[in-house]
This record gives sequence, C-alpha cells and structure tokens, in this order.
Amino acid sequence: MRTAEAASWIATAPWRVERVRRESHDVVTLALVPPEPFTFEPGQFSMLYLAGVGEVPISISGTSEPDGLVLHTIRDVGAVTHALCTLIPGQHVGVRGPYGTAWPVAAARGGDLVVVAGGIGLPPLRPAIRAALAERDKFGHIVLLYGARTPADLLFTDELTAWRGRFDLTVEVTVDAADSQWRGNVGVVPDLIARAGPFDPGLTTVFTVGPEIMMRFAVRALLGSGVAPERIYLSMERNMQCAAALCGHCQFGPFLICRDGPVLSYQRLARWLGMREV
Amino acid sequence: MTLEPLLRGHRFFAGLAPEYLALINGCARNTVFDEGTFMFREGEQADEFYLIRDGRLALEIHGPGRGPVVVQTLRAGDVAGFSWLIDTHRWQFDGRVIEPVRAIGVDGRCLRDKCEQDPKLGFELMRRFAGLAVDRLQATRLQLLDVYGHAHG
Amino acid sequence: MSYLIDVSGLDALIGVLSGQGFRVIGPVVRDDAICYDEIGSVADLPAGWTDEQEAGVYRLRRRDDLALFGYNVGPQAWKKFLFPASATLWRTEGTEPEAGPFAFLGVRSCELRAIAVQDRVFLGGAHQDQWYAARRDGAFLIAVNCGQAGGTCFCVSMSSGPRATEGFDLSLTELLDETGHRFVVEVGSGRGADVIRAVPGWRLAPTSDEELSITLSERVAGQMGRAMPSADLRDLLLDNFEHPRWDDVAARCLSCGNCTMVCPTCFCFSVEDTSTLSGDAVRERSWDSCFTLDHSYLHGGPVRASGKARYRQWMTHKLATWVDQFGTSGCIGCGRCITWCPVGIDITEEANAIAGESAIAGEAGNDA
Repeated sequence: MRTAEAASWIATAPWRVERVRRESHDVVTLALVPPEPFTFEPGQFSMLYLAGVGEVPISISGTSEPDGLVLHTIRDVGAVTHALCTLIPGQHVGVRGPYGTAWPVAAARGGDLVVVAGGIGLPPLRPAIRAALAERDKFGHIVLLYGARTPADLLFTDELTAWRGRFDLTVEVTVDAADSQWRGNVGVVPDLIARAGPFDPGLTTVFTVGPEIMMRFAVRALLGSGVAPERIYLSMERNMQCAAALCGHCQFGPFLICRDGPVLSYQRLARWLGMREV
Repeated sequence: MTLEPLLRGHRFFAGLAPEYLALINGCARNTVFDEGTFMFREGEQADEFYLIRDGRLALEIHGPGRGPVVVQTLRAGDVAGFSWLIDTHRWQFDGRVIEPVRAIGVDGRCLRDKCEQDPKLGFELMRRFAGLAVDRLQATRLQLLDVYGHAHG
Repeated sequence: MSYLIDVSGLDALIGVLSGQGFRVIGPVVRDDAICYDEIGSVADLPAGWTDEQEAGVYRLRRRDDLALFGYNVGPQAWKKFLFPASATLWRTEGTEPEAGPFAFLGVRSCELRAIAVQDRVFLGGAHQDQWYAARRDGAFLIAVNCGQAGGTCFCVSMSSGPRATEGFDLSLTELLDETGHRFVVEVGSGRGADVIRAVPGWRLAPTSDEELSITLSERVAGQMGRAMPSADLRDLLLDNFEHPRWDDVAARCLSCGNCTMVCPTCFCFSVEDTSTLSGDAVRERSWDSCFTLDHSYLHGGPVRASGKARYRQWMTHKLATWVDQFGTSGCIGCGRCITWCPVGIDITEEANAIAGESAIAGEAGNDA
C-alpha cells in the first residue's frame, strides 16, 4: 500500500530566506529562494509552512531580479504569521504553490487600469501593477489609489515614491487617521475614486483588494462612476487550510476561494457580498 | 388622514412654514417597524427617508469575522436617510430596529419633485439636511480621533 | 445474467475476499445500533435485526425473520474507512503504510452515490487527496438492495435509489420466503464476476428470482415517507438565502454537528500542526464541521457567528452550492441527518417549507 508521498497536495519544499525587509511595525516581506524555477501569476498566493507551528496562505507580492527571489509579504496577526515575521536570513520555510486565480492583466489591455488597495491589500496587487508597467504602452491611464489606517501602516513606501515620480502613472495615497507629521491626504480610499476619473465605462478595468467593507464602498463609488461590474475584480479572503479544494473551509457561497478565487469579478460576487455571514 | 400634526411635532421640521408641511404631507405615510427587522439594507434603493417618532434604530455595517458594527444609534427626533438627496440614492448602511420604531416615511422622489417645483422649499429642506450632515460629520470626526484611546505609534 | 447463492454461499464469498487479502467490512450490531466494522463470516452480520427511524429517533428492533440485511442505515457511513475521522498526514519520522484493501459488504444504493460524491471531491479536482485514493483504490464494493424503506429515507426524490445500478462490483438482493433464504447477485465488474464464480455452489438465478428482486425494489420505492420538493433545489436555495425559515430552524438547531458526523458526504477537515517533545513535527487531519465557530474563523472572529448562518451554510452547501463547486448534489437521501438530529430537524421539511413559500418553486406546497 502507498504511504503519504512527496507528491501529495500538502507536500512542501523548504525555501531559504535570503532577505527580510521590515515594511511597517507589523508587516514583513520575505525574499525567498525557490529550489527550482518557480512561476506565478499576479494575484496568486503560496502556502507557507513552519513545521510544528502551522501553515498560512500568503500573497506573492513580487519577484526580486536578477536573482529570481520570490517575495511574500506577511502581516503579523497570529501564531504562524508571527513566527514567519521573525524569520532571519538563512532560515527555511516550507512553501507550496502557487494557488488561486490571477488578476486578468492581459484582458485589461487597451483601456484604463485602476488599482484600489486598502491596507494589506497592496501586496497581492503589486505584481499586477508591475506587470502593467512592464508593458506600459498597452494601457491607457494607470491609476493606483492606496489607503492605510495611519502613515505608519503604509507599505512599499520606496516603490510608491518611485511610482509617484513617473509621468505615466497616477498615485494617490490616503490615511484614515493622521499623526502630527503627516502632510498627505486624510480620508477613506473610496473617496479617492473621484480623483481617478473621468472613466470610460466600457474600457476601465479595476483591481481592488482591502477589507471587505472598503471594497464594497469602493465598488459602489466605481459603479456610480460608470465602470462595468464585469470589469471590476476583487480578491476575496476566507479561512483557508488546504488550498487544494479538499477541506471545505474557504467557501464563500458557491465559490471555493482557493480554486475559484481569490480573484473574482464583481459580477459574480455581487449577490454574495451584500449578505451577512456567508 | 393628514400627518401634518406629526410632521409639525417632529424636531427636524420645527419652525417649518405650514404650507411646506402641507406639501411634505403629500409625500408622507405612517410606518411601523418591529424589533429585529431591517428598515433598509446597504445598497438598496433609498427612496424614502424616515422621521423617527419612537423607538431606536441602529445604523450598522457588517464585515466577515467581526459581525455587524453599529456606527450610530438613532432615536425619537432623529432622521434616518440622507441618501435620497444624493445622486446615487442608495442606502449606505443597514438600518436595524432595536426597539420598535414608529416613524413618518417620506417619499424622496415625491419630495424631490416638489423641491424642483418650489426651490424655496428645496432650499429650506437642504438647509436642514445640511445641518444634520454637518453634525454627523463632526461627530464622526470626533469618534475617529479616538480621544479616549492612545494614538497609534 | 444474475447469480444465486444461499447464506452459506455468502459466508464463502466473505472467505473468498479475505483469502484475496481484503479487509472485509460489514454491518454489525454494536452499542444498540448497526455499525460498520470488520467481519469474519456471516455470523457477524445483524441477522434478524431491523432499525426503526424517525426524526430524532433510532432504535433496533427484532424482525420476525432472520434476514441478514433487514435494516437500513446506521449512524456510520463508509467514509469511516475511506476518509477516517483522524489521520496522520505527515511526520518527520515517516508515516506508517496504510492497511490492506477494503471489501465493503452491504453498501446501499444511496451509499454508492455518497462514495461517488466523495470521489468527485477528493479525486476529481486539480489536486487529488492520496490518503483517500489509497483507501479507495482497489476497494471491493458489494451493494445490497434495500428490502424496505427506512423511516427517514428519501432516496427516490434524490434519484439515488432504492436500487443499486452502478458503482459496485457485486450487488445482492436478499430474498427470504418459502423457497428459502437466498441472494440474487448482480455483477458490476470483471473482478466481481471472478469473485462470485469462486464461491462454491453458485448457480444462475432463475428468472422468477430476478423478477422478484426487481419488484421488491419497486415496492420499496413506493414506501418512501418523505420527499424533497420538486423544484430545482439549487435554484430554490440560492434564491432564498434570506428566507425567514432560516430564523425558524435556527431557533431549534443546537449546532451540535451530529448531522455532519453521520452524513456520508460531509468532507470538511482541519489540518493540525503539532510538535512532539523530541522536536518532530506532525501534521494530522481530522473531521471538521461547519457548525463549529472555528470553521469560518477570519480576522479575529467567525464569519458565520450565528447558529442561523451555520445551519444555512450546511443546508445550502449540501443541496445547492455543492453543485456549483463539484457538479453534483451533496445529498444522497439517506435520512441520517434527520434520524440523528437530537431535535428532529428534517432537511426535507425545511426545503419544502422554503419551496412552499417561494415563488421560485415549481409547485408550491409539495407533500413531504
């Protein structure tokens, strides 16, 4: 009879931590070395595993060239993520993936692209932004609207600054609550949407990730501006354990977030987002 | 049956000219909502606003993992609903009845039409609603300042 | 072409299978119920026992004959063996090999459907579960056609019975009358044919017995005590997520999760990571239930905090969103959830209540 083989859905490979970058007081990006060539699509995630501690889904937030390191950005919210956030270069973490559906970057070509990110929602969007910028001429306007709770919670600030310096990219950043040093915008992300227009309804694609409440309000503002529901994409989150469509935890109505998501169009999500406790 | 006495007695319309009360009465109806029911849901068409006469209404918003959060509680003398004035005309929150509510429901579309015909009525209502909105905004800002807690480092 | 064997032939059949290295699992009386466990011979089978079932009620009763399969379904499903309640997935010092292949004796038609439903979940997607595959591969299935409908059965309205038509190696219909105590054996696979022909004293079944077997199933089909509404269940439930009936059932449901434990298709599992004192890591999985608050834990709390949301999740998943996720219904009509609910909640009654009050249903007010 067979034993549990290396090819099982739960088999992880140890990846070495090459670099650790602290993004904010509770967010860390791990630059990991894949033991063999690894490709992923923007929006996908990996399952990161620490033996004896546990395993969690973490968004792939980019690659670091030329060494091909795969970046995973983690927020410290529990036992496993805390252990991941305290790893140092040279240590190893179990990785399996990539999983899930991707941002339809190619389908957004030929029109405007608006990216709306809230808090820890920016990491899974960064690969999509980088992918669009890598073929800039295929898109019309590209706009990033990004909000966090406070200035100290803003992520990827170096890259944001570089993006703001470009003439072919609009970046608007806001915080819910300022400290005494902040001279930037204060307000909620959905209110930034008015600054990103005018929209060509048939040709604007939106990618958005953030707290579900934020996404609902952002989508409402976008629909009010004339963006088509089938061109708005959200990244959804639910309790995830196997990432292999086997354990039943990540259900959100008819969707298995690990298989049918995390990226889903608003058109498919609309009836479920409004319901409580689904 | 005219609701003018009830309209006149509600704090929100205090001092409004009788001819305007008569106009508004044409768009008004009596409503009763049982405890635990929803007067309106986030995203729904906001065709009516409510002058609360009795009971308590919780403005709630829900999200996964944290259950419904009450952002404000309205009671007798308060008004629920600015959305009918704004272009999108959709409720921004859920309105859940925590104590049985008796309210005067005013048809927003009907009232907008009357305001179009009589700009003075429109201005009078806009002034009152703007005052309410400013009050709510100030209150919300104060809540956001988290004056009781520690500022986030 | 069907075969005919008698009780001693069935005994020999069990012997043929264990001789071939199968662990033969069948029904046994234990703890005042009919459960599934390893058997060595026909002596282990629940001769002369039947079960009386109603919502919230399960009792064993003596029959006035010695039928070996004269009961319906007990609290256990075959998932006990194919998808055990707890299993070690991985440990640093290596996993033990799985036990030998199973032979299941006494699989009802609805249970064959349940196995097919779990096959789709565990084997039919992009990622296969090889712990399930290891136990499922090579499993020898002997179906048994029900001689009477159980008190809570509704297989007919779920199109999953009462007669086994596919997915078995052999299928038995037990006949017990003046002619004798015998079994009409249908063959469902090549190796099934090999096994029955290895039983000494097998005969071809006379046409009269084959016909008796068919009429028996037709009679059983007419004995169903309840039925799902005729409307498309998936559409019905997807359109009624905020129906007031959910509050009604929530007032009764205890969130005990019995239904998820006895249901043959429920498959949710949790993965747990622990370390041993010697520093080895262990990964185990165990059955989980959508009735627990942990099941939907996210951002500091459960998404489905209320009992109402959790009951709704279970029923709408079983009857509706399962179709979106896996292409089949999750319900096979066995009635276990009705029998083993401590407060007697009846999934067919709930579905009919929603259908009766919904404009979407095909015919309102279907009889249960």
